[in-house]
Amino acid sequence: MCLAVPGKVLAITDRGRQQAEVEIGGVRRAVSLACLLEEGVAPESLLGCWVLVHVGYALSLIDEQEARQTLELLKELEPDALR
Amino acid sequence: MRYVDEYRAPDAVRVLLDRVSGLLQEIAPASPLQIMEFCGGHTHAIFRFGLHQTLPEGSVEWVHGPGCPVCVLPRESIDTAIDLARRPGVTLTTFGDVLRVPGTRQSLLQAAAEGADVRVVYSPLDALALAREHPDREIVFLAIGFETTMPATALTLLQAVREGLGNFSLLCRHITTPAAVRAVLQGPDPALDGVIAPGHVATVLGSAAFDFIPRDYRLPVVVSGFEPVDLLHALERLLLQRLEGRCAVENGYARAVREQGLPPALDAIGRVYELRGEAGWRGLGRIADSAVRLRTEYADFDAERRFGSRPTPASGEEPLPCGEVMRGRLRPPQCPWFGTRCRPDAPLGALMVSAEGACAAYHRYRGSSAP
Ligand code: SF4
Repeated sequence: MCLAVPGKVLAITDRGRQQAEVEIGGVRRAVSLACLLEEGVAPESLLGCWVLVHVGYALSLIDEQEARQTLELLKELEPDALR
Repeated sequence: MRYVDEYRAPDAVRVLLDRVSGLLQEIAPASPLQIMEFCGGHTHAIFRFGLHQTLPEGSVEWVHGPGCPVCVLPRESIDTAIDLARRPGVTLTTFGDVLRVPGTRQSLLQAAAEGADVRVVYSPLDALALAREHPDREIVFLAIGFETTMPATALTLLQAVREGLGNFSLLCRHITTPAAVRAVLQGPDPALDGVIAPGHVATVLGSAAFDFIPRDYRLPVVVSGFEPVDLLHALERLLLQRLEGRCAVENGYARAVREQGLPPALDAIGRVYELRGEAGWRGLGRIADSAVRLRTEYADFDAERRFGSRPTPASGEEPLPCGEVMRGRLRPPQCPWFGTRCRPDAPLGALMVSAEGACAAYHRYRGSSAP
Protein backbone atom coordinates (compact mmCIF):
# COMPACT_ATOMS: atom_id res chain seq x y z
CA MET A 1 0.00 0.00 0.00
CA CYS A 2 2.90 2.34 0.70
CA LEU A 3 4.38 1.34 -2.64
CA ALA A 4 6.11 4.08 -4.60
CA VAL A 5 7.83 3.54 -7.93
CA PRO A 6 10.54 5.51 -9.71
CA GLY A 7 9.66 7.46 -12.84
CA LYS A 8 11.12 10.20 -14.99
CA VAL A 9 9.40 13.57 -15.44
CA LEU A 10 8.85 14.05 -19.18
CA ALA A 11 6.60 17.08 -19.52
CA ILE A 12 4.55 19.57 -17.55
CA THR A 13 0.98 19.12 -18.75
CA ASP A 14 -0.96 21.49 -16.50
CA ARG A 15 0.99 24.19 -14.74
CA GLY A 16 -1.93 25.42 -12.63
CA ARG A 17 -2.69 21.99 -11.24
CA GLN A 18 1.03 21.10 -11.07
CA GLN A 19 0.39 18.07 -13.25
CA ALA A 20 3.14 16.34 -15.21
CA GLU A 21 3.59 13.38 -17.49
CA VAL A 22 5.92 10.85 -15.89
CA GLU A 23 7.29 7.71 -17.46
CA ILE A 24 7.04 4.78 -15.06
CA GLY A 25 8.43 1.48 -16.27
CA GLY A 26 7.80 2.44 -19.90
CA VAL A 27 4.24 3.69 -19.28
CA ARG A 28 3.31 7.37 -19.32
CA ARG A 29 1.16 8.51 -16.43
CA ALA A 30 -0.35 11.74 -15.20
CA VAL A 31 1.34 12.61 -11.91
CA SER A 32 0.98 15.59 -9.59
CA LEU A 33 4.18 17.33 -8.56
CA ALA A 34 2.46 19.30 -5.79
CA CYS A 35 4.38 17.56 -2.98
CA LEU A 36 7.74 18.52 -4.44
CA LEU A 37 7.04 22.15 -5.24
CA GLU A 38 7.81 24.53 -2.43
CA GLU A 39 6.66 28.14 -2.77
CA GLY A 40 8.14 29.79 -5.81
CA VAL A 41 9.63 26.67 -7.40
CA ALA A 42 8.69 26.25 -11.05
CA PRO A 43 7.45 22.80 -12.10
CA GLU A 44 9.78 23.00 -15.10
CA SER A 45 12.74 22.68 -12.77
CA LEU A 46 11.79 19.01 -12.34
CA LEU A 47 11.89 18.16 -16.05
CA GLY A 48 14.15 15.16 -16.63
CA CYS A 49 14.36 14.38 -12.91
CA TRP A 50 13.56 11.01 -11.38
CA VAL A 51 10.83 10.94 -8.78
CA LEU A 52 9.12 8.31 -6.62
CA VAL A 53 5.43 8.10 -7.45
CA HIS A 54 2.71 7.00 -5.04
CA VAL A 55 -1.02 7.02 -5.94
CA GLY A 56 -0.61 9.69 -8.58
CA TYR A 57 1.67 12.01 -6.60
CA ALA A 58 5.44 12.38 -6.76
CA LEU A 59 6.59 11.83 -3.17
CA SER A 60 10.31 12.23 -3.46
CA LEU A 61 12.89 13.66 -5.76
CA ILE A 62 15.47 10.91 -6.15
CA ASP A 63 18.94 12.08 -5.29
CA GLU A 64 21.16 10.63 -7.97
CA GLN A 65 24.36 11.26 -6.10
CA GLU A 66 23.12 9.49 -2.99
CA ALA A 67 21.89 6.63 -5.14
CA ARG A 68 25.29 6.20 -6.75
CA GLN A 69 27.05 6.48 -3.45
CA THR A 70 25.11 3.58 -1.92
CA LEU A 71 25.96 1.39 -4.90
CA GLU A 72 29.61 2.48 -4.94
CA LEU A 73 29.91 1.59 -1.29
CA LEU A 74 28.97 -1.94 -2.18
CA LYS A 75 31.66 -2.23 -4.75
CA GLU A 76 34.52 -0.75 -2.87
CA LEU A 77 34.28 -1.11 0.82
CA GLU A 78 35.13 -4.04 2.96
CA PRO A 79 32.86 -4.35 6.00
CA ASP A 80 35.52 -2.85 8.25
CA ALA A 81 35.61 0.36 6.29
CA LEU A 82 31.96 1.02 7.14
CA ARG A 83 32.56 1.18 10.87
CA MET B 1 20.32 4.65 -13.53
CA ARG B 2 16.74 3.40 -13.45
CA TYR B 3 16.67 3.05 -9.68
CA VAL B 4 15.29 -0.49 -9.64
CA ASP B 5 17.51 -3.03 -11.40
CA GLU B 6 20.68 -1.70 -9.78
CA TYR B 7 19.19 -2.56 -6.41
CA ARG B 8 18.35 -6.10 -7.48
CA ALA B 9 21.69 -6.89 -9.09
CA PRO B 10 22.80 -10.41 -8.07
CA ASP B 11 26.41 -9.26 -7.59
CA ALA B 12 25.45 -6.55 -5.16
CA VAL B 13 23.14 -8.93 -3.31
CA ARG B 14 25.93 -11.49 -3.03
CA VAL B 15 28.41 -8.96 -1.62
CA LEU B 16 25.88 -7.87 0.96
CA LEU B 17 24.91 -11.41 1.90
CA ASP B 18 28.57 -12.22 2.53
CA ARG B 19 28.99 -9.18 4.69
CA VAL B 20 25.78 -9.80 6.63
CA SER B 21 26.75 -13.44 7.18
CA GLY B 22 30.16 -12.34 8.43
CA LEU B 23 28.58 -9.95 10.90
CA LEU B 24 26.16 -12.62 12.07
CA GLN B 25 29.08 -14.95 12.72
CA GLU B 26 30.78 -12.28 14.72
CA ILE B 27 27.67 -11.58 16.78
CA ALA B 28 26.91 -15.30 17.14
CA PRO B 29 23.48 -14.77 18.67
CA ALA B 30 22.35 -17.47 21.11
CA SER B 31 18.89 -17.37 19.56
CA PRO B 32 17.77 -15.89 16.22
CA LEU B 33 17.86 -12.08 16.18
CA GLN B 34 14.36 -10.63 16.01
CA ILE B 35 14.23 -7.93 13.36
CA MET B 36 10.90 -6.20 12.85
CA GLU B 37 10.00 -4.72 9.52
CA PHE B 38 7.03 -2.48 10.22
CA CYS B 39 5.91 -1.94 6.64
CA GLY B 40 3.85 -4.44 4.65
CA GLY B 41 5.80 -3.42 1.55
CA HIS B 42 8.94 -4.70 3.24
CA THR B 43 7.18 -7.91 4.29
CA HIS B 44 6.19 -8.51 0.70
CA ALA B 45 9.68 -7.76 -0.61
CA ILE B 46 11.33 -10.09 1.93
CA PHE B 47 9.21 -13.00 0.69
CA ARG B 48 9.24 -12.04 -2.95
CA PHE B 49 13.02 -11.92 -3.09
CA GLY B 50 13.42 -14.89 -0.76
CA LEU B 51 15.47 -12.90 1.77
CA HIS B 52 14.02 -15.03 4.57
CA GLN B 53 15.82 -18.05 3.15
CA THR B 54 19.14 -16.57 2.18
CA LEU B 55 20.54 -15.90 5.65
CA PRO B 56 22.30 -18.57 7.73
CA GLU B 57 19.83 -20.96 9.44
CA GLY B 58 18.64 -19.73 12.80
CA SER B 59 20.40 -16.36 12.63
CA VAL B 60 17.60 -13.89 11.91
CA GLU B 61 13.83 -14.04 12.30
CA TRP B 62 11.78 -11.40 10.56
CA VAL B 63 8.94 -10.14 12.72
CA HIS B 64 6.24 -8.69 10.51
CA GLY B 65 4.79 -5.48 11.87
CA PRO B 66 1.28 -4.12 11.37
CA GLY B 67 2.26 -1.73 8.57
CA CYS B 68 -0.29 -2.84 6.01
CA PRO B 69 -3.13 -0.30 6.12
CA VAL B 70 -5.53 -2.66 4.37
CA CYS B 71 -4.87 -5.36 6.96
CA VAL B 72 -5.63 -3.17 9.95
CA LEU B 73 -8.69 -1.44 8.49
CA PRO B 74 -11.47 -2.18 10.99
CA ARG B 75 -14.72 -3.81 9.89
CA GLU B 76 -16.56 -0.66 10.90
CA SER B 77 -14.79 1.29 8.12
CA ILE B 78 -15.92 -1.20 5.50
CA ASP B 79 -19.45 -1.18 6.92
CA THR B 80 -19.59 2.63 6.79
CA ALA B 81 -18.26 2.65 3.22
CA ILE B 82 -20.87 0.09 2.15
CA ASP B 83 -23.61 2.12 3.81
CA LEU B 84 -22.55 5.17 1.76
CA ALA B 85 -22.13 3.19 -1.47
CA ARG B 86 -25.72 1.94 -1.18
CA ARG B 87 -27.22 5.41 -1.00
CA PRO B 88 -28.89 6.70 -4.14
CA GLY B 89 -26.72 9.06 -6.13
CA VAL B 90 -23.50 8.10 -4.34
CA THR B 91 -20.43 6.55 -5.96
CA LEU B 92 -17.88 5.18 -3.49
CA THR B 93 -14.32 5.19 -4.81
CA THR B 94 -11.23 3.68 -3.24
CA PHE B 95 -8.00 1.76 -3.89
CA GLY B 96 -8.30 -1.75 -5.34
CA ASP B 97 -6.76 -3.43 -2.30
CA VAL B 98 -9.71 -2.44 -0.13
CA LEU B 99 -12.38 -4.20 -2.17
CA ARG B 100 -12.08 -7.69 -0.74
CA VAL B 101 -11.50 -6.71 2.88
CA PRO B 102 -14.22 -8.35 4.95
CA GLY B 103 -16.68 -6.04 6.73
CA THR B 104 -19.04 -7.25 9.44
CA ARG B 105 -21.41 -8.84 6.96
CA GLN B 106 -19.75 -8.44 3.58
CA SER B 107 -16.95 -6.79 1.61
CA LEU B 108 -17.26 -3.82 -0.74
CA LEU B 109 -16.94 -6.26 -3.63
CA GLN B 110 -19.93 -8.26 -2.41
CA ALA B 111 -21.90 -5.05 -1.85
CA ALA B 112 -21.06 -3.99 -5.41
CA ALA B 113 -22.38 -7.30 -6.72
CA GLU B 114 -25.67 -6.44 -4.99
CA GLY B 115 -25.82 -3.10 -6.77
CA ALA B 116 -23.88 -0.65 -4.58
CA ASP B 117 -21.89 1.79 -6.75
CA VAL B 118 -18.24 1.07 -5.94
CA ARG B 119 -15.36 2.04 -8.20
CA VAL B 120 -11.65 1.36 -7.96
CA VAL B 121 -9.28 4.22 -8.64
CA TYR B 122 -5.50 4.34 -8.85
CA SER B 123 -5.26 7.83 -7.39
CA PRO B 124 -7.56 10.13 -5.39
CA LEU B 125 -7.12 12.47 -8.35
CA ASP B 126 -9.07 9.94 -10.45
CA ALA B 127 -11.93 10.22 -7.96
CA LEU B 128 -11.74 14.00 -8.33
CA ALA B 129 -11.91 13.63 -12.11
CA LEU B 130 -15.07 11.52 -11.68
CA ALA B 131 -16.58 14.32 -9.59
CA ARG B 132 -15.81 16.80 -12.38
CA GLU B 133 -17.31 14.55 -15.06
CA HIS B 134 -20.43 13.63 -13.07
CA PRO B 135 -21.72 16.76 -11.35
CA ASP B 136 -25.02 14.94 -10.79
CA ARG B 137 -23.41 12.27 -8.60
CA GLU B 138 -21.83 12.40 -5.15
CA ILE B 139 -18.28 11.03 -5.36
CA VAL B 140 -16.95 9.77 -2.04
CA PHE B 141 -13.32 8.68 -1.71
CA LEU B 142 -12.53 6.20 1.05
CA ALA B 143 -9.13 7.54 2.12
CA ILE B 144 -6.96 4.95 3.83
CA GLY B 145 -3.26 4.56 4.43
CA PHE B 146 -0.40 5.92 6.48
CA GLU B 147 1.46 9.23 6.14
CA THR B 148 2.68 8.08 2.73
CA THR B 149 -0.83 8.44 1.35
CA MET B 150 -2.09 11.37 3.44
CA PRO B 151 -0.47 14.10 1.32
CA ALA B 152 -2.16 12.75 -1.82
CA THR B 153 -5.64 12.80 -0.31
CA ALA B 154 -5.04 16.14 1.44
CA LEU B 155 -3.84 17.80 -1.76
CA THR B 156 -6.72 16.29 -3.72
CA LEU B 157 -9.17 17.70 -1.21
CA LEU B 158 -7.53 21.14 -1.40
CA GLN B 159 -7.85 20.94 -5.19
CA ALA B 160 -11.57 20.11 -4.84
CA VAL B 161 -11.97 23.14 -2.57
CA ARG B 162 -10.19 25.36 -5.09
CA GLU B 163 -12.40 24.13 -7.91
CA GLY B 164 -15.53 24.32 -5.76
CA LEU B 165 -16.39 20.69 -6.48
CA GLY B 166 -19.22 20.34 -3.98
CA ASN B 167 -19.99 16.76 -5.02
CA PHE B 168 -16.63 15.41 -3.81
CA SER B 169 -16.00 14.23 -0.27
CA LEU B 170 -13.62 12.08 1.77
CA LEU B 171 -14.41 9.21 4.10
CA CYS B 172 -11.23 9.67 6.12
CA ARG B 173 -9.74 6.52 7.64
CA HIS B 174 -6.06 7.48 7.62
CA ILE B 175 -3.89 6.15 10.42
CA THR B 176 -0.54 7.23 11.79
CA THR B 177 2.66 5.20 11.79
CA PRO B 178 4.49 6.35 14.94
CA ALA B 179 1.46 5.56 17.13
CA ALA B 180 1.28 2.05 15.70
CA VAL B 181 5.00 1.44 16.15
CA ARG B 182 4.68 2.53 19.78
CA ALA B 183 1.69 0.26 20.33
CA VAL B 184 3.70 -2.73 19.12
CA LEU B 185 6.88 -1.82 21.02
CA GLN B 186 4.95 -1.18 24.23
CA GLY B 187 3.08 -4.46 24.01
CA PRO B 188 4.14 -7.35 26.19
CA ASP B 189 7.15 -9.22 24.95
CA PRO B 190 8.15 -7.61 21.70
CA ALA B 191 11.78 -8.68 22.49
CA LEU B 192 13.16 -7.16 19.33
CA ASP B 193 16.77 -6.61 18.32
CA GLY B 194 16.20 -3.97 15.67
CA VAL B 195 13.63 -2.19 13.55
CA ILE B 196 13.59 -1.60 9.81
CA ALA B 197 11.64 1.64 9.43
CA PRO B 198 9.25 2.24 6.52
CA GLY B 199 11.01 4.07 3.70
CA HIS B 200 8.05 5.73 2.09
CA VAL B 201 6.47 6.92 5.32
CA ALA B 202 9.90 8.40 6.00
CA THR B 203 9.97 10.26 2.67
CA VAL B 204 7.04 12.27 4.02
CA LEU B 205 7.73 12.41 7.77
CA GLY B 206 11.53 12.40 7.61
CA SER B 207 13.83 9.86 9.23
CA ALA B 208 13.86 11.97 12.41
CA ALA B 209 10.24 10.90 13.02
CA PHE B 210 11.61 7.59 14.26
CA ASP B 211 14.05 9.06 16.79
CA PHE B 212 11.71 7.99 19.60
CA ILE B 213 12.52 4.31 18.95
CA PRO B 214 16.18 4.38 20.05
CA ARG B 215 15.40 7.01 22.68
CA ASP B 216 12.44 5.30 24.37
CA TYR B 217 12.97 1.66 23.49
CA ARG B 218 16.75 1.38 23.10
CA LEU B 219 16.52 -0.26 19.70
CA PRO B 220 18.60 0.36 16.59
CA VAL B 221 16.63 1.61 13.58
CA VAL B 222 17.49 1.81 9.89
CA VAL B 223 15.15 3.40 7.34
CA SER B 224 15.09 1.18 4.26
CA GLY B 225 14.02 1.13 0.64
CA PHE B 226 12.19 -1.79 -0.90
CA GLU B 227 14.67 -3.62 -3.08
CA PRO B 228 16.83 -6.55 -1.94
CA VAL B 229 19.98 -4.42 -1.78
CA ASP B 230 18.15 -1.85 0.33
CA LEU B 231 16.87 -4.41 2.81
CA LEU B 232 20.17 -6.26 3.17
CA HIS B 233 22.02 -2.98 3.52
CA ALA B 234 19.57 -1.98 6.27
CA LEU B 235 20.08 -5.30 8.01
CA GLU B 236 23.85 -4.86 7.78
CA ARG B 237 23.64 -1.46 9.43
CA LEU B 238 21.40 -2.82 12.19
CA LEU B 239 23.95 -5.56 12.88
CA LEU B 240 26.80 -3.04 12.94
CA GLN B 241 24.92 -0.94 15.47
CA ARG B 242 24.43 -4.00 17.60
CA LEU B 243 28.10 -4.99 17.42
CA GLU B 244 29.09 -1.51 18.44
CA GLY B 245 26.48 -1.36 21.19
CA ARG B 246 24.84 1.68 19.65
CA CYS B 247 21.26 2.48 18.88
CA ALA B 248 20.29 5.32 16.61
CA VAL B 249 18.17 6.04 13.58
CA GLU B 250 20.20 5.62 10.40
CA ASN B 251 18.98 6.49 6.95
CA GLY B 252 19.61 3.59 4.60
CA TYR B 253 17.38 5.10 1.91
CA ALA B 254 19.21 8.36 1.40
CA ARG B 255 18.32 8.61 -2.27
CA ALA B 256 14.69 9.21 -1.30
CA VAL B 257 14.54 10.16 2.38
CA ARG B 258 15.66 13.38 4.04
CA GLU B 259 15.96 13.84 7.75
CA GLN B 260 13.15 16.37 7.99
CA GLY B 261 10.83 14.88 5.37
CA LEU B 262 8.94 16.63 2.63
CA PRO B 263 7.80 20.13 3.66
CA PRO B 264 5.00 20.69 1.10
CA ALA B 265 3.53 17.28 1.94
CA LEU B 266 3.73 17.89 5.69
CA ASP B 267 2.15 21.26 5.16
CA ALA B 268 -0.77 19.75 3.23
CA ILE B 269 -1.33 17.12 5.92
CA GLY B 270 -1.29 19.78 8.64
CA ARG B 271 -3.72 22.03 6.79
CA VAL B 272 -6.30 19.33 6.14
CA TYR B 273 -6.04 16.81 8.96
CA GLU B 274 -5.90 16.81 12.75
CA LEU B 275 -5.42 13.97 15.22
CA ARG B 276 -8.72 12.45 16.17
CA GLY B 277 -7.49 10.47 19.16
CA GLU B 278 -8.07 6.81 19.69
CA ALA B 279 -8.87 4.62 16.73
CA GLY B 280 -9.65 0.96 16.18
CA TRP B 281 -7.15 -1.25 14.36
CA ARG B 282 -8.23 -4.63 13.12
CA GLY B 283 -6.53 -7.31 15.17
CA LEU B 284 -4.76 -4.83 17.44
CA GLY B 285 -7.65 -3.13 19.21
CA ARG B 286 -7.74 0.57 20.02
CA ILE B 287 -4.60 2.69 19.77
CA ALA B 288 -4.30 6.20 21.23
CA ASP B 289 -3.70 9.14 18.86
CA SER B 290 -3.43 6.83 15.89
CA ALA B 291 -5.84 8.35 13.39
CA VAL B 292 -6.68 11.68 11.81
CA ARG B 293 -9.90 13.40 10.76
CA LEU B 294 -10.66 16.39 8.57
CA ARG B 295 -10.31 19.77 10.27
CA THR B 296 -13.60 21.58 10.84
CA GLU B 297 -12.78 24.07 8.04
CA TYR B 298 -13.29 21.18 5.65
CA ALA B 299 -16.39 19.75 7.32
CA ASP B 300 -18.32 20.24 4.07
CA PHE B 301 -16.03 17.76 2.40
CA ASP B 302 -16.35 15.17 5.14
CA ALA B 303 -18.52 12.33 3.80
CA GLU B 304 -19.64 11.24 7.26
CA ARG B 305 -21.00 14.68 8.07
CA ARG B 306 -22.43 15.23 4.63
CA PHE B 307 -24.40 12.01 4.68
CA GLY B 308 -24.95 11.82 8.42
CA SER B 309 -23.66 8.29 8.59
CA ARG B 310 -23.72 6.99 12.13
CA PRO B 311 -20.80 4.93 13.36
CA THR B 312 -21.83 1.31 13.41
CA PRO B 313 -21.35 -0.43 16.74
CA ALA B 314 -17.79 -1.58 17.12
CA SER B 315 -17.52 -5.24 16.25
CA GLY B 316 -14.75 -5.71 18.80
CA GLU B 317 -11.58 -7.68 18.47
CA GLU B 318 -11.04 -9.80 15.42
CA PRO B 319 -12.25 -13.28 16.42
CA LEU B 320 -9.20 -14.73 14.72
CA PRO B 321 -5.50 -15.25 15.37
CA CYS B 322 -4.67 -12.29 13.11
CA GLY B 323 -3.79 -10.03 16.04
CA GLU B 324 -1.27 -12.55 17.34
CA VAL B 325 0.33 -12.69 13.91
CA MET B 326 0.48 -8.90 13.78
CA ARG B 327 2.19 -8.73 17.14
CA GLY B 328 4.76 -11.24 15.95
CA ARG B 329 3.67 -13.90 18.47
CA LEU B 330 2.28 -16.33 15.90
CA ARG B 331 3.66 -17.23 12.49
CA PRO B 332 1.00 -17.33 9.77
CA PRO B 333 1.24 -21.11 9.13
CA GLN B 334 0.58 -21.67 12.83
CA CYS B 335 -2.92 -20.22 12.44
CA PRO B 336 -5.45 -23.08 12.34
CA TRP B 337 -7.21 -21.53 9.35
CA PHE B 338 -4.11 -20.80 7.28
CA GLY B 339 -4.47 -22.22 3.78
CA THR B 340 -7.65 -24.08 4.70
CA ARG B 341 -10.55 -21.85 5.71
CA CYS B 342 -8.46 -18.76 5.04
CA ARG B 343 -6.97 -18.40 1.58
CA PRO B 344 -6.24 -15.46 -0.72
CA ASP B 345 -9.30 -16.31 -2.83
CA ALA B 346 -11.47 -16.65 0.30
CA PRO B 347 -9.88 -14.58 3.07
CA LEU B 348 -11.16 -14.80 6.64
CA GLY B 349 -8.76 -12.21 7.95
CA ALA B 350 -7.42 -9.11 6.25
CA LEU B 351 -3.82 -10.34 6.50
CA MET B 352 -4.77 -12.74 3.74
CA VAL B 353 -6.33 -10.03 1.55
CA SER B 354 -3.56 -7.65 0.66
CA ALA B 355 -0.42 -8.87 -1.08
CA GLU B 356 1.37 -7.05 1.73
CA GLY B 357 -0.36 -8.97 4.49
CA ALA B 358 1.97 -11.41 6.22
CA CYS B 359 -0.40 -14.35 5.66
CA ALA B 360 -0.87 -13.64 1.95
CA ALA B 361 2.89 -13.27 1.49
CA TYR B 362 3.56 -16.58 3.27
CA HIS B 363 0.84 -18.28 1.28
CA ARG B 364 1.96 -16.98 -2.07
CA TYR B 365 5.64 -17.73 -1.68
CA ARG B 366 5.22 -20.77 0.48
CA GLY B 367 6.44 -23.11 -2.26
CA SER B 368 9.75 -21.52 -1.40
CA SER B 369 9.41 -22.92 2.15
CA ALA B 370 8.93 -20.08 4.61
CA PRO B 371 10.78 -20.57 7.89
S1 SF4 C 1 -4.45 -17.20 8.15
FE1 SF4 C 1 -6.24 -15.87 7.97
S2 SF4 C 1 -7.28 -16.02 9.92
FE2 SF4 C 1 -5.23 -16.87 10.22
S3 SF4 C 1 -4.02 -15.13 10.95
FE3 SF4 C 1 -3.80 -15.15 8.73
S4 SF4 C 1 -5.41 -13.79 7.95
FE4 SF4 C 1 -5.91 -14.25 10.10
